[in-house]
Amino acid sequence: MSDTAVALPRPAGARTLAWLQNYGVYAAIAALIVVNIVITPHFISTENLRTQLVQVAPVVIVSLGMALVIGTEGVDLSVGSVMALATALIPLYLGYGVGAAILVALVGGVAVGLVNGSLVAFVNVQPIVATLCLFVGGRGLALVIAGGRLKDVHDTTLLDLGSSSLVGIPLPVVVAAVLTVLVAGVVRRTTFGRQLVAIGGNRTASVLSGLPVRRVLLLVYVLSGLLAAVAGVLATARLQASDPSSLGLLMELSAITAVVVGGTPLTGGRVRVLGTVAGALLIQLVRATLIKHNLPDSVAQMVQAVIILAAVYAARGGTGR
Amino acid sequence: MTDPVPEQANAGDPPLLEARDIVKRFTGVLALDRVTLSLRPGEVHALVGENGAGKSTLIKVITGVHRPDEGEVRLAGRTAGFADPLDAQRAGVQAVHQEIGLVPDLSVARNLLLGREPRRALGLIDTRRMHQTAARTLESYGVRVDVRLPLRSLGVGAQQMVALARAVSVDARVVIMDEPTSSLEPREVETLFGVIDRLRGQGIAVIYVSHRLDELYRICDGVTVLRDGRVVHQGALADLDRLRLVSLMLGRDVAQVRSEGVTRFSGAHEASGRPVLEASGLTSRHLLDDVSLTIRPREVVGLGGLLGAGRTETAKAIAGVLPLDAGGVTVAGLPVRRGSATAAVRAGIALLPEDRKAEGIVPTLSVRDNIALAALPRLARAGVVSDARIDRIVETFMKRLRIKATGPHQPVAELSGGNQQKVLLARWLATEPKVLLLDEPTRGIDVGAKAEVQALVDELAEAGLAVLLISSDLEELVEGSDRVVVLRGGAVVGELTGDELTEEGVMTTIAAHTRENAG
Repeated sequence: MSDTAVALPRPAGARTLAWLQNYGVYAAIAALIVVNIVITPHFISTENLRTQLVQVAPVVIVSLGMALVIGTEGVDLSVGSVMALATALIPLYLGYGVGAAILVALVGGVAVGLVNGSLVAFVNVQPIVATLCLFVGGRGLALVIAGGRLKDVHDTTLLDLGSSSLVGIPLPVVVAAVLTVLVAGVVRRTTFGRQLVAIGGNRTASVLSGLPVRRVLLLVYVLSGLLAAVAGVLATARLQASDPSSLGLLMELSAITAVVVGGTPLTGGRVRVLGTVAGALLIQLVRATLIKHNLPDSVAQMVQAVIILAAVYAARGGTGR
Repeated sequence: MTDPVPEQANAGDPPLLEARDIVKRFTGVLALDRVTLSLRPGEVHALVGENGAGKSTLIKVITGVHRPDEGEVRLAGRTAGFADPLDAQRAGVQAVHQEIGLVPDLSVARNLLLGREPRRALGLIDTRRMHQTAARTLESYGVRVDVRLPLRSLGVGAQQMVALARAVSVDARVVIMDEPTSSLEPREVETLFGVIDRLRGQGIAVIYVSHRLDELYRICDGVTVLRDGRVVHQGALADLDRLRLVSLMLGRDVAQVRSEGVTRFSGAHEASGRPVLEASGLTSRHLLDDVSLTIRPREVVGLGGLLGAGRTETAKAIAGVLPLDAGGVTVAGLPVRRGSATAAVRAGIALLPEDRKAEGIVPTLSVRDNIALAALPRLARAGVVSDARIDRIVETFMKRLRIKATGPHQPVAELSGGNQQKVLLARWLATEPKVLLLDEPTRGIDVGAKAEVQALVDELAEAGLAVLLISSDLEELVEGSDRVVVLRGGAVVGELTGDELTEEGVMTTIAAHTRENAG
């Protein structure tokens, strides 16, 4: 009888690589924190930690949606534009109350997601092309809605969203944490989550297995749009202004970076939610470290590139047999 | 074709290709243990063994995909440490793989001449000349197609011929064929053997990997039997009788093999009751023409016919993944919504696809998640899956189908072909289907697993399932089916039951209608 599948201890090299793939991001974060504690004055202060976490919260939220999309072997380039759209919509509807304004902003994100998802799922447009349309068009629309102007936001309830805390933790961070848990639960525990991953792993097989492939794809893009809109709302609250021309610029790249560094392969079929959060944190931490030591942002970008390469290399190593 | 001096195989010739004491380990697992293989010019050498015996690894070592940990590969008396497959190809070692390594979206001609396209001035591809050359080359392989079409528009068999033609036309000295006939029709197999004879005459050495004994005995001179990474037999094939060969491959007692026969079908089950599946007037332009068939519970209906006859298309139409122009399917009397795989699955139709890798397994997922995939909705409440229920069902089927894995969480991609096939079967059985459509269920899996899958098919039919069996292995088709419906050109041309149901019967039905239509 053929016995190709027998558990055998792996040698040290392969084990190290597997470990790096699974925990490399976390190890890197831990190492960076230790280094900072030693070399960066005032790093461990509450104030600094709060600032870092508040800054990274929108990236985390957008990255969660991006991780789902990438899990289906897709990509969503429109997330930055969705943030712009959300921020453009808010001042228009603040007159009806904060709740209404936020709701409209979120509906805007869902609408963009519906268009993206429909193009991908029903018209079979490649994700990169479909979402590129809204990457361009979405921000254009946002600027039209806002009349191309930056508007200050004065509504105190909304501003509280960006600045108040829950048991000492800034609200945006709480929102990001709750969403992380929710998305992780969706991926792990729901039919939708399992189907999403399978579709990314082998779409033909998923169709043949009777999975509602189109519905799942549509929903994935809707979720990505929704999450990007949430990030847009939080960013607006924190910046105390609606600036659709600059909010969320390059956000799609930050999100993709976080997802990839977190160990989710661009080829789909796997989603690592916690890894994605860690990926976003790592990038933030690197940037903060370099800036605190008076190195320009451009250096941070180059370091970011190295981290992406390292992540992709580690991911490849495991499948290179 | 330009080739080195023609020589006939002859024991006195120095070996053309030699693998000496090859040892290869994968992360600690010994895949090849001092394997030695030597080929003379013009020799066709059978390389056999079950999946996991080390055939693929040995081929990969010879073609430069893997570096051996010990030992060496020698070509024409010189050490040949191929750095990569390209290096091996340049030296004249060409492999035609089981999973065809071509570019499906490029034209047939481009695929055939990839990297060697005829050029015009400025380095532009001379399309006209390329098409002519390609058409001429393929014609000599018995493939007549429009070479401008994308490769994927061809059937699997024709694609494989293109792969072979490509390999051979690149000044090959050693050609390695891995399961070359697994998707070929008898007629195409003849063409292939003609090509192999030609290679032999040109002094090219061929390593021939196959699970089909008939073919081995017809075409091969020498044989190497591998088991668990070791050579268990080496010599002339003529000196080895079939039963002995099978027992060497399986590592089992000759008497045991004899008592089990060649296939594992009992053919004992008896169909009963009203048809559970009724397909009527399935029509899809260019593919299917008014195909109707019914299957009763406990019945195995075979689909016979040549490649492109519409067998796979019929199965896909029933499963709701082939767009239909007309016709419909009912399961247990209830109509199934047309063109919806989801509706078909819900109605109890399960399709085990022909191309396991591309259409079946989800390589990034574990054995467990692959098994649970189709049954997820029924294993969940309000969209939230129950791990306990999944674990239970996965355990049940892993045990029942004897799936060999380190555990439910092993990545499915690490399993052998036979075990992957069982995982797919388990995926479907978990949905408690009424109709099982099996498209080449034993293709490319080793002898032992093949027998197990065949026995399973039997068992499932006996348990009350309606089974549609598609197999290019005529023996399997005839022994496994209670009834065979023969297709040609997308239409039903005959049906064989009882005493008529023999291999000759099926071939006669196909042949008779071929002649009728041609004349």
